[in-house]
Amino acid sequence: MTRRLAPTGLLLLGAIYCLFPVSWVLVAATKSPAELFTTSTLTPGTGLLSNIEELFAYREGVFWLWMANTLLYAGGGALLSTAVSAVSGFALAKYRFPGRNAIFNLLIGGILVPAVVLAIPQYLLFSRVGLADTYWAVLLPQILHPYSIYLARIYATAAIPDSLLEAGRLDGAGEWRLMSRVAIPLMVPGMVTIFLFQFVAIWNNFLLPFIMLGDDGKFPLTVGLYTLLAAGANQPTLYNLILTGALLSIVPLIALFLTMQRYWRTDLSSGAVK
Amino acid sequence: MNRRVKAAPYLFLTPAIVLFTLFLAVPIGYTVYLSMRRVKVSGLGLGKGARQEIFVGLDNLAAAVTDGELWAGWLRVLGYGALVLVVMLGLALLFALLLDSAHVRLARFSRIAIFLPYAVPGVAATLLWGFLYLPSLSPFGLGFLSASAVTFSMANIAVWGGVGFNMLVLYTTLRAIPRELYEAARIDGATETQIALRVKIPILVPAIILTTVFSVIATIQVFTEPTTLRPLTNAISSTWSPLMKVYRDAFVTGDLYSAAATSIVIAAVSLVLSFGFLRVVRGHAFGEES
Repeated sequence: MTRRLAPTGLLLLGAIYCLFPVSWVLVAATKSPAELFTTSTLTPGTGLLSNIEELFAYREGVFWLWMANTLLYAGGGALLSTAVSAVSGFALAKYRFPGRNAIFNLLIGGILVPAVVLAIPQYLLFSRVGLADTYWAVLLPQILHPYSIYLARIYATAAIPDSLLEAGRLDGAGEWRLMSRVAIPLMVPGMVTIFLFQFVAIWNNFLLPFIMLGDDGKFPLTVGLYTLLAAGANQPTLYNLILTGALLSIVPLIALFLTMQRYWRTDLSSGAVK
Repeated sequence: MNRRVKAAPYLFLTPAIVLFTLFLAVPIGYTVYLSMRRVKVSGLGLGKGARQEIFVGLDNLAAAVTDGELWAGWLRVLGYGALVLVVMLGLALLFALLLDSAHVRLARFSRIAIFLPYAVPGVAATLLWGFLYLPSLSPFGLGFLSASAVTFSMANIAVWGGVGFNMLVLYTTLRAIPRELYEAARIDGATETQIALRVKIPILVPAIILTTVFSVIATIQVFTEPTTLRPLTNAISSTWSPLMKVYRDAFVTGDLYSAAATSIVIAAVSLVLSFGFLRVVRGHAFGEES
C-alpha cells in the first residue's frame, strides 16, 4: 500500500502547489474591492461581473485592445514561424546539398544567442527604418525560431519516406509541389506542436514588446498588465482590476492548453514512429 | 539530380536565412559596433559637431567587466539561479520518474496540473505570487518581499513556472524508452528505485543536460519577474539583474554604448556556460543525426 501511496502523495503535493495560485486568482477576481481585504482568502466574493465590466471600461477599453493585439502577435507570429520552420526543416532533412551542415549549425547556433544581445540593436535598427513602435517590430523578430527548425528537421526526417519523394519525382512532380502537397501534409502533427509552443512563447513574451512599443494601444497583455500594476501598486482600489486582468490573460491559454493536450509533445520524434 | 532539384533546398531555406541575417546577424554585428563607440562631447555640448561619436575600442567592454554594480547583479543572479536550477530540475526529474513508475494513481491529473503554470505568462505568474506575498492579501503571513527573502520568493516563482515544462521534456524522453528494458531489469531482481537510479537516470542524462542549458540561459537573462515584482517591493533595485541594468542603461539613462557592451558580456557568459555543458555531452544534445 505505501509503495503506491508515497509516489501518488508526492505528485499530488506537486499538483496542489501548481494549481494553488491559479485557483487563488480565480477566487480573488470574484471579490469586490472591499471584499478583497476583508473576507478570508478562499471565500468567493460577489464582484466578478463588475470587476470585468470595470476592467473593460478602464481607459476607454484599452484592455480589449491588449487582448486583440496579443491574439494578433501570438497567432500571426506562430503561424509564420511554423511555416518557416517546417519548410526549412524539410529542406534540411530531405536534401543533400553543399553547405547543408554549415547552414544547419548556423541556424541552430541562434538558440544560444541571448535575446538581450538582440533586443537593443533590433530596436535601434527598427527605429532607423521607422518601424519601432509598430506591430511589425513585435511580429517580425519572433518568426525565426531556431529550436523549431531543429524540431521540424527531426520530424521531417522520420515522417517523410524518401521513397515517396522519389516516386513523386518519377511522376514528374516539381520540388515545390512535392513540398506543398506531399511533405507538408505529412508534417502536420509536428507542425501543430511547433505552433502551440510558439503561440505560448509569443503570448508570454514581455521583453521584446516592452522595449519596442511606446504606444499602449499596441501593447500585448503582458506589457499592459505590467503598466496596470506599475500604475496601481500603491492604489489598493486598482488591485481587483489587476487581479481580474491577470485571470483573463491566462484563461485563453489554459483553455487552449487543455483542448490541445495531446499535441504537447516535446520529443517530436516519438510522434513519427507510429 | 537536375538543376531544379539542386536549387530547391536553397529556395526553401531562403526565408530562414533572410530572417537570420536581418534579425540575428545584423543586430549582433551592430551591438559589437556600438560597444566600441562612445559619444564625445566637446565644449559645452552645444551646436553642430559638439557631440561626436568616437571609436573607443574595448574601453566599454573593460568598463562593463569591472563594473561593481554589474558584479553585484551577477552575484544576486548566481544565488537565485543556483536555487532555481537545483530545485526546479530536481523536482522536474522527481515528478517525471514518479509519473513513469507503475505504482502511481491520478497520474494524468497530476501531469496536467503540474504542466499548467507553463500556460501562465511570466508577468501574470509574478503578479499572482506577488499579490500572494503582499502582506495585506497574503494567506501565509508576512515577510516574503523583505530584502532577505525576496530572492527566495522570486526563485519560487521561477520554479513554479518552469517545473512542468522540464518535467514534460524528461517524461516524454522516458516514455520513448522500450518497456522491455525494465522487464529485463525486474527479472534480474531490480527494485523500482534501482531501475530509476541505474537505468532511467543514465538514459535521461542528455535530456537533463539540454534542460539545464536552456534553464541556465533563461536564468542569466532573468528580467520579467524582477521587473514585474519591483512595483510591489523596494527590495529590488533597478539593476537587480544584469539584464535589468542593460535596460536601464539603454532606455532610462540613454547610454546605448555601455548597454551594448554589457549585453556582450552577458552573451559571452551565456555562451561559455552553455558550451561548457554541451561539451560534456558532445553529440547527444544537438545534431545527433547530421
